[in-house]
Amino acid sequence: MKALALFTTLVTGAVLLYGTMDFPAFGDPQSPASTHISAYFIEEAVHETHVPNLVTAVLGDYRGYDTMFETVVIYCAGLAVISVLRRKKSDKEDSRS
Amino acid sequence: MKLLQEQTQKLKIGESLIIQTASRLLIPFIQLFGLYVIVHGHYSPGGGFQGGVILGASFVLLALAFDQKFSMQYMSEKTSGLLANTGALIFVGTGTLCAIFGGLFLHYSALDVLIPLGPIEWRSFGIFIVEVGVGLAVMSNMAILFWVLGSNGEMDEGL
Repeated sequence: MKALALFTTLVTGAVLLYGTMDFPAFGDPQSPASTHISAYFIEEAVHETHVPNLVTAVLGDYRGYDTMFETVVIYCAGLAVISVLRRKKSDKEDSRS
Repeated sequence: MKLLQEQTQKLKIGESLIIQTASRLLIPFIQLFGLYVIVHGHYSPGGGFQGGVILGASFVLLALAFDQKFSMQYMSEKTSGLLANTGALIFVGTGTLCAIFGGLFLHYSALDVLIPLGPIEWRSFGIFIVEVGVGLAVMSNMAILFWVLGSNGEMDEGL
């Protein structure tokens, strides 16, 4: 069973690595990611939002929806941990007695 | 000197006067730096998430150097829950306000109707409001997660 799991892992890893060969080179200016919308952000973000830090401009404004749900995810994580793990002190005393 | 000796005798196992004094000195600066990272996110690397984590880490340090009760004197369980709610609400509420005042959801220029700063300045200021919300939510969630996980869910002594 372990050998089968190892085999599956290796095959999946090999397929994924093979898939990366189609990727554009790192930092390629002609890649779709660099030609489509990044150029617009670099040219217009400071002018449109008055935020010198492009990362903040993209994160907080252009992709605000994404950032909002990141916050909500963190909030839900805290909520879930509290609702699952939080115990009242009286429970502990009950279990001791 | 005698005071120090008495203090040291009162300490429980695993607590050290050196660490406690060092954290007492460090924590104000850690928190100030956290605020700086949140507020200065427009000009330098940083923002709500990073600053919130630094602020939350100061409470974790307080809980580790002293004990959890001591850390919870500064931000109680109720307060941290309220802050987490407030942070998420600030973000979602800002977006909803934009939609109410005639723009798209999270399109901060629409808030120009409320306070006339100019649509472009409002985009900058809207990002700031939102980052503060993120910072509050992340800070209190960091603290809550550490307190609940570290104290076996009982929120008393802790690690």
